[in-house]
Amino acid sequence: MAEQQSVARAIDIESMGRGNKLNMENEDICLQVKDFNLFYGEKQALHNIDMSIAKNRVTAFIGPSGCGKSTLLRCFNRMNDLIDSVNINGEMLLDGNNLNGPSVNVADLRRQVGMVFQKPNPFPKSIYENVAYGLRLQGVNDRATLDNVVEKSLKGAALWDEVKDRLHESAMGMSGGQQQRLVIARAIAIEPEVLLLDEPASALDPLSTLKIEELIYELKDKYTIVIVTHNMQQAARVSDYTAFMYMGELIEFGATDELFTNPRKKQTEDYITGRYG
Amino acid sequence: MSDKSFSSWVKSGAPWVWLNAGAVSISLVMVVGLLLLIAVRGLSHFWPADVMEVSYTEPGKQVEIIIGEQIDVEEVPAARLKRVGVDLPEGQESAERVLLKVGNRDYFGMDFRWFNAPWMGEASYPEDIISIERREWGRFYGRLVSVKQQGEVVATGSGAYDELQHRLTRSNNLIAEIKQLEYKEIGKINHGIEEIRLDRRQLELNDVVAGSIQYVELAESEKQFDAAYKKLQDQLADLYSALNRDQLVVKMSDGRDVEIPLAKIVLTHRPNAMGIVEKIAFYGHAVWEFVSGDPREANTEGGVFPAIFGTVMMVMIMAVLVTPFGVVAAVYLKEYATQGPIIRLIRIAVNNLAGVPSIVYGVFGLGFFVYFLGGNIDDLFFQASLPSPTFGTPGLMWASITLAILTVPVVIVATEEGLSRIPRAIREGSLALGATKAETLWRTVLPMAAPAMMTGLILAVARAAGEVAPLMMVGVVKLAPALAVDNIAPYLHLDRQFMHLGFHIYDVGFQSPNVEAARPLVYATALLLVMIIIVLNLAAIGIRNRLRENFKASES
Repeated sequence: MAEQQSVARAIDIESMGRGNKLNMENEDICLQVKDFNLFYGEKQALHNIDMSIAKNRVTAFIGPSGCGKSTLLRCFNRMNDLIDSVNINGEMLLDGNNLNGPSVNVADLRRQVGMVFQKPNPFPKSIYENVAYGLRLQGVNDRATLDNVVEKSLKGAALWDEVKDRLHESAMGMSGGQQQRLVIARAIAIEPEVLLLDEPASALDPLSTLKIEELIYELKDKYTIVIVTHNMQQAARVSDYTAFMYMGELIEFGATDELFTNPRKKQTEDYITGRYG
Repeated sequence: MSDKSFSSWVKSGAPWVWLNAGAVSISLVMVVGLLLLIAVRGLSHFWPADVMEVSYTEPGKQVEIIIGEQIDVEEVPAARLKRVGVDLPEGQESAERVLLKVGNRDYFGMDFRWFNAPWMGEASYPEDIISIERREWGRFYGRLVSVKQQGEVVATGSGAYDELQHRLTRSNNLIAEIKQLEYKEIGKINHGIEEIRLDRRQLELNDVVAGSIQYVELAESEKQFDAAYKKLQDQLADLYSALNRDQLVVKMSDGRDVEIPLAKIVLTHRPNAMGIVEKIAFYGHAVWEFVSGDPREANTEGGVFPAIFGTVMMVMIMAVLVTPFGVVAAVYLKEYATQGPIIRLIRIAVNNLAGVPSIVYGVFGLGFFVYFLGGNIDDLFFQASLPSPTFGTPGLMWASITLAILTVPVVIVATEEGLSRIPRAIREGSLALGATKAETLWRTVLPMAAPAMMTGLILAVARAAGEVAPLMMVGVVKLAPALAVDNIAPYLHLDRQFMHLGFHIYDVGFQSPNVEAARPLVYATALLLVMIIIVLNLAAIGIRNRLRENFKASES
């Protein structure tokens, strides 16, 4: 029931908005990946990835487990730096600048490219402090500014009405779905350009999943969103572009409608029809 | 059939459950039993027991009248009694022997005596027996005859006891006043004069010409101190003569009359005349005196306050030192150091440090901290007071640092444990918001690891509070002249030596000339030490639980 509604709404939005013919050539490019390879020690995990991610669009990465979609996602804000054995080559550009360049400050980059993880990971602090965390890091301690941003971000994450009376209670007492939206609020509080979502709904119940998906529609007006998902229906519902990855290679990348209705590659078709994965 | 049921009983795991439950019960019984033994032996010492009067007829000697408090009774076999000339009726295997505290050590030579029960007459508990706690020579038992003021009798008979209490309050107030003057005021002046001496020595060291203005100034202020000292001296003389006004006359059990100046008396009571309520009040007072008073008579009488103070102070300084040091070391080992063979080696070394016998730390503390560090500090900053050392001698600071080194492995291990329990997701969440590694540590990881650090601290405190051996080398003394905190700047004197409950137990128990008098104090002090460790631990556990409350859900 809920799913039908949201699909209906997706169609709604598309027919109202940009029209149903999406074409990468008409888009502003936000992130660009050029001949990108990644190795875990000896083992190559990503092979010659080439792709562009459009500004203010939702791009979904799909593919079976271990295909490298999360690894690729984590390259966009250099989360892989934390793993010692990782080596990369190739280029990755954010607004035309190489984000692996020597002059790039990783902390600044991560401020521009926010990330939400598979499992909700709120800090064991109050709801308010969770959302204010990023701002406090930047040295913002003015109460009024913080209040303002916290409210705006929680509203942006469709959480405000549920928590406005208990902002100063621990975030650990919230439900999983609420926690995940709190994490999204925390990420958008510092107004990144890009929001990376790593299977944001996989640990949630269907209703919470629905809420997260609705949130994604609303957020794409302001942010470029990249989402990794196992759930093909979800990818079909929320994304404008979809990339299908397999064994560390980008098999097919295109507008979501086309990829799902008329895949060009046999592998893609096999996967989306459930023949392997 | 029964064979089968037995084997199925074994298979069910029930014997193991019983075995474990048994082990736990035995441990519990031992702990509770230990505490009970210490508590009963220690706490009963302060109870104002009835004092008996009894006739004692040793064959071939005159009949003695004994006044004393029963301390112990034991069975002695007939053969042993026979050797000292006690003949028991035929068929009786053994007889009792009674230990009485007879007091009056200065007159009788010993204040505890064994008496053979068969030679003792019927005991009575007359209400007029008075028990006097003196500042010297221990307890006195006898009968009050009269109260004198400068040699003149002012009260006799039944009114004398009330008059005595009245005058005793006065003399105790005078003593408190004298103490205040001697320790606080004169102490300050002495300190000032010592400062002047050091300043003068410093001037000499700096080659200032004799007769220059600095010397004159010093002489001037020395004169002021001398004048103030003279004034205090007169005040003291007045107080002392007022104090020596009263005496009391007491009849001992052997009939002699003895005169005791009131200045030598702490308090008196008539145990046999006291009701249960009075006894409880007296008991409370005695316990309080023990906890809050200064020791007297080579630590066998009076209180243990300086030892409590020293123990708590030392543990707290140790905690303040060990926590940051241990946490910083653990954070480096866990978060920043490249994990490899060297770090593994360091970790093994740290773990092994916890197993080094504590006396070895004492030797190290004495050699390195006291002589080397302390000696150099003296050379650099306290040259004027040489050759008498300031920091180059055992003291509170060195004891605390030595114990901090002793306990730092515990804190490191516990903190590392805590750090490794923080979920990776939390760190990544923080990093993804643009935090650097240091910011993530500071704002998220360390607060979440705080309960683990507190666990380490609890273990460290528990270990440090009970440690005695190393302290004997680096700062603990039998009797410290002054507390580490007082009214003379800089108020906290880390260079001073201090008393410690653990060492106090050893000293009272094994170094005291009066074993019987010291025995209950050993138990009482041991109980106190255990209680202080429990209180320190409970405080730390309380803090940890409050911290943990905040992070409860995140640990799932």
